[in-house]
Amino acid sequence: MNDILIKNGRVIDPASGRDEVADVAIARGKIVRVGKIKAAARQTIDAKGCIVCPGLIDVHVHCREPGHEEEETIATASAAAVAGGFTTIVAMPNTHPPMDNETAVLYVLQRAAEAGLARVLPVGCITKGREGKELAEMGSMVDAGAVAFSDDGDGVASSELMHRALQYAAMLGVPLMQHCQDGALAGVMNSGEVAVRLGLGGIPTSAEQIMLRRDLELVERVGARYHVQHVTSAGSVELVRDAKVRRLPVTAEATPHHLLLTDVGCSSYDPNYKVNPTLRSAADVEALRAGVADGTIDCLATDHAPHAQEEKELEFGLAAFGIVGLECAVGLYAKALVQTKLMDWPGLIERMTLGPARAIGRPLGTLAAGAAADVTLIDSKARWTVDTGKFRSRSRNCPYDGWKLVGRPVTTIVGGQVKFSL
Amino acid sequence: MDELSAQEIVHLLDTAESFKEVSTRSIKKVPALRGKVVALLFFEDSTRTRMSFELAASRLSADVLLFSSHGSSVTKGETTLDTARNIEAMGVDIFVIRHSQSGAPHMLARRLAASVVNAGDGQHEHPTQALLDIFTIRQRLGNVEGLKVAIVGDIAHSRVARSNILGLRKLGAHVVVVGPPTLVPSAIRAMGCQISHSLDDVLGEVDVVNMLRIQFERFSSNQFPSVREYSRLYGMNSQRLKRCKKNVLIMHPGPINRGVELTSDVADGPNSCILQQVTNGLAIRMAVLYLVSQGRQ
Repeated sequence: MNDILIKNGRVIDPASGRDEVADVAIARGKIVRVGKIKAAARQTIDAKGCIVCPGLIDVHVHCREPGHEEEETIATASAAAVAGGFTTIVAMPNTHPPMDNETAVLYVLQRAAEAGLARVLPVGCITKGREGKELAEMGSMVDAGAVAFSDDGDGVASSELMHRALQYAAMLGVPLMQHCQDGALAGVMNSGEVAVRLGLGGIPTSAEQIMLRRDLELVERVGARYHVQHVTSAGSVELVRDAKVRRLPVTAEATPHHLLLTDVGCSSYDPNYKVNPTLRSAADVEALRAGVADGTIDCLATDHAPHAQEEKELEFGLAAFGIVGLECAVGLYAKALVQTKLMDWPGLIERMTLGPARAIGRPLGTLAAGAAADVTLIDSKARWTVDTGKFRSRSRNCPYDGWKLVGRPVTTIVGGQVKFSL
Repeated sequence: MDELSAQEIVHLLDTAESFKEVSTRSIKKVPALRGKVVALLFFEDSTRTRMSFELAASRLSADVLLFSSHGSSVTKGETTLDTARNIEAMGVDIFVIRHSQSGAPHMLARRLAASVVNAGDGQHEHPTQALLDIFTIRQRLGNVEGLKVAIVGDIAHSRVARSNILGLRKLGAHVVVVGPPTLVPSAIRAMGCQISHSLDDVLGEVDVVNMLRIQFERFSSNQFPSVREYSRLYGMNSQRLKRCKKNVLIMHPGPINRGVELTSDVADGPNSCILQQVTNGLAIRMAVLYLVSQGRQ
């Protein structure tokens, strides 16, 4: 007997190209079959009017544990994830201490198992202490369960070190994820008219593009898989597009805030609009949306970055960078890409499931028989209002409070168990 | 100056005009702010602005609280907001704030019940400086509309430049900002001014030259090659003054680096109005405090 039968939903499975009303049967934590299913199950979920798709994957989440448990823990991040429809989150290593060794990787996996909600896949640091000086023990971390490497928060400045890190990543068969930013071109918001008027230090788009260009040069030489984190600029979209034409093993992600907000948001000095990388111009937003729509950008990722109130209730220049996004991501992506008619739901779901699964090289993001039963049900027509007061995340640094959105996850199933239900 | 309309700016200048007379009396005091508390929060060093606001509040008969971040709990890690909230708890009607961070007064204004006056925030605005500059221009040249004003120096990091551009443009003056491209962001054009990299090119056509103070730390961060060269390219001296209109007005917000932005003969010469700017600053700040307290009632 099946454990769960999801009846009459619009099943969208980008891996097989399926988009039809069907049923999904789950047993012993695996997908049994998709189709017209009569057999009884211990639990039946009526999915009429809902999209049934592979569990959503977010390749860019800051869980803050260890070190900043007052902002988020692996348990609260996992709870926020499943409430946002995510069955898998990829945890960034800029914790305190940084996740730069196998013990730290094992700790994150253990805490995730204790939380028992979403799958949490750890990313290890590229360099020891995230200091950009010496390679971290990448091999040991892969053995412990790291799925990729990044010094997220900073780019790897040294070309020599980046070259060697790519060589190691190629040997280990895991991607290097880069926060492309030349740290010497520093500031607190996008360079341009708004920054000049506000008297705030600007970060030009070239800060991102300079590092991306260098990395693509190295990737071409080494052949390692390379993932561009949180792309912000039209120029970067063009560089990734060109790299794909040249068949380089490159993937890229875009965040909800870079798809929806511009630097004009900083005009009132509200630190909820302070984020790294920074919010760009309307033209950049347009190019980024087009990049997601045409597949240049493979994944949507929240860069969920929780911060305590005291780190945000400061002067703009002194406040911490970051926005939380897990619990409103689906509605935000739909607003940026579906309601603008740039994409349809199957396309959007591909960027939240199969695209991210491929970027991290994991056999997830599919409803194929035998695959892990990670399934998300989305009510694509549900109208709702973002209320940060109800977030399961520990932090509230979110510029979308009060936004009216259309489309939200209603049920999240991880490994055949219902972990969230609206 | 961003939020003020041309009409409001003129009203402020006219109000300052009437307060100027107070300073000529034998008893230099009016009871406009009697029983009110004005707290001066200076998180950044200041001589002119702080003393000017202090004297302005005193002449309006307010009780004045003076805070400077040296020797305060800020050195123990207290945030700007907490500092202001604690002082507000003593009963404050108007805060005057100077801060090194752009937007600090805006953050406080959102969180405090008291009124907040911006006495200079980071690289953003210094509205009372712009008002006193415009007041002085009006006094010396009769009007502002149609004049051509050059603002020279470190435009990128100058709150004085931003507030002057906004205020002068609203009153119909033309503004050209002058300096090397490393200190003049091209996006400043969006604020309605022209850009020139040559002081000599604009000297003959301007009515006012406002020389900004050069901060020496910009030199160490490679924003210009040397003070000597900067002074040669953008310094005001008697040779350059000769190429200006006869009654050109030479301004400087202070403190001056003598021999860098201005040679002493120019700074102390007949075209200079630097001390007049300081005198007028007092009347402007009295007007600002008075109108802000009127607005609260």
